[in-house]
Amino acid sequence: MATTTIQAETKWWNGGRSPFNASYGKVMMWYFLMSDAFTFGAFLISYGTIRFSVNNWADPNHVFNAFPFAGHANLPLAFVSLMTFILIFSSVTMVLAVHEGHHMNKKGVEKYMLLTIIGGIAFLGCQAWEWTHLIAGHHDVLVNGQIEHWGTTVTKNPWGSEVMHNGTMVATPGPIAFGGYFFGITGFHGFHVLSGVVINIVMYIKTKLGHFDQRGHYEMIEKAGLYWHFVDLVWVFVFLCFYLI
Amino acid sequence: MSEHVVSPEVTFAPAHTSGTKRIWKTFWLLSFITIIELVIGIVIYNIHKGEHPNHTLVLAFKGAVCILTLAKAYYIVAVFMHLGDEIRNMIITIVVPLALFIWFIIAFLWDGNSWRNLRNTDAGSRPTQEQAAPATKKSGEKE
Repeated sequence: MATTTIQAETKWWNGGRSPFNASYGKVMMWYFLMSDAFTFGAFLISYGTIRFSVNNWADPNHVFNAFPFAGHANLPLAFVSLMTFILIFSSVTMVLAVHEGHHMNKKGVEKYMLLTIIGGIAFLGCQAWEWTHLIAGHHDVLVNGQIEHWGTTVTKNPWGSEVMHNGTMVATPGPIAFGGYFFGITGFHGFHVLSGVVINIVMYIKTKLGHFDQRGHYEMIEKAGLYWHFVDLVWVFVFLCFYLI
Repeated sequence: MSEHVVSPEVTFAPAHTSGTKRIWKTFWLLSFITIIELVIGIVIYNIHKGEHPNHTLVLAFKGAVCILTLAKAYYIVAVFMHLGDEIRNMIITIVVPLALFIWFIIAFLWDGNSWRNLRNTDAGSRPTQEQAAPATKKSGEKE
């Protein structure tokens, strides 16, 4: 198919065809993702504004330094890199499912959709562990001259600057916005992952039932894939804003 | 092979390669960039741990990580989401509105920074009458 000549000679805006050479559903999926990008962007930029406006923001290497079954070992960046690689890999299996769909290979689509679903569930499991660890792990904080034991929640931030108290260094309460932004943004992302897993399970079942073979194309896999890649894309920025810088 | 028509509004099906080489190449590229980011993260961590952290150096490394993240975003959108294989009209309708982010990021981070300056100096405060007379109270002693 001489696509390049078609592309050059077609009058895209004269009607009768999509000017974007894409089906209605796919174009709308892209517009939805664009609007979702602005929602996430607004959250992350708001977080950046507040973080810029205070003097003692929590040091991510200090807050996120735990790893399952590693006790109190100081391992900054380790767990979050595992989560990042899980999501990148599930993105690869998703794009491989789309690829198999282009070639009408039902068995291949099933295999890669299943791997993508497993990757998504693994990521959610990691996030559940991280949240539990942050909320349940208590730290000494000096509040009004008294030592209290605080977990990291939306109302309590035990990661403020350290002061000398009775001969030892102890943390003071940090900016209250930290927990709200962290749990709010990673929670909103996690909810996207959850809905992505649900969508992928639906697509897996529909593939298994042969719906796409009857329809003659696997475009639904492509649309679900767009959503899943977007979830990975957002994680790249959450990873940057909360853990790396 | 991939001539199945999705819908009548689509003029031609984009050419789909038969191999998966490009997908795996992109995967290794993304992993490689992530590993570089992690190495820079560890470097920043060690600079912070040191006696006199060099803030300019930390800022430079953080800027480098931001650029690497944008590179990752480009590869995910262009290859994994196949936006690079779409026609020009489609690419433009998605990418051009995102230019709003340029203003969005600059304006709001600038605002946050200004807020901190007001917090740390007395530039933002209006002295009350008692304060105005003796003017002995010093603000901005944090850090």
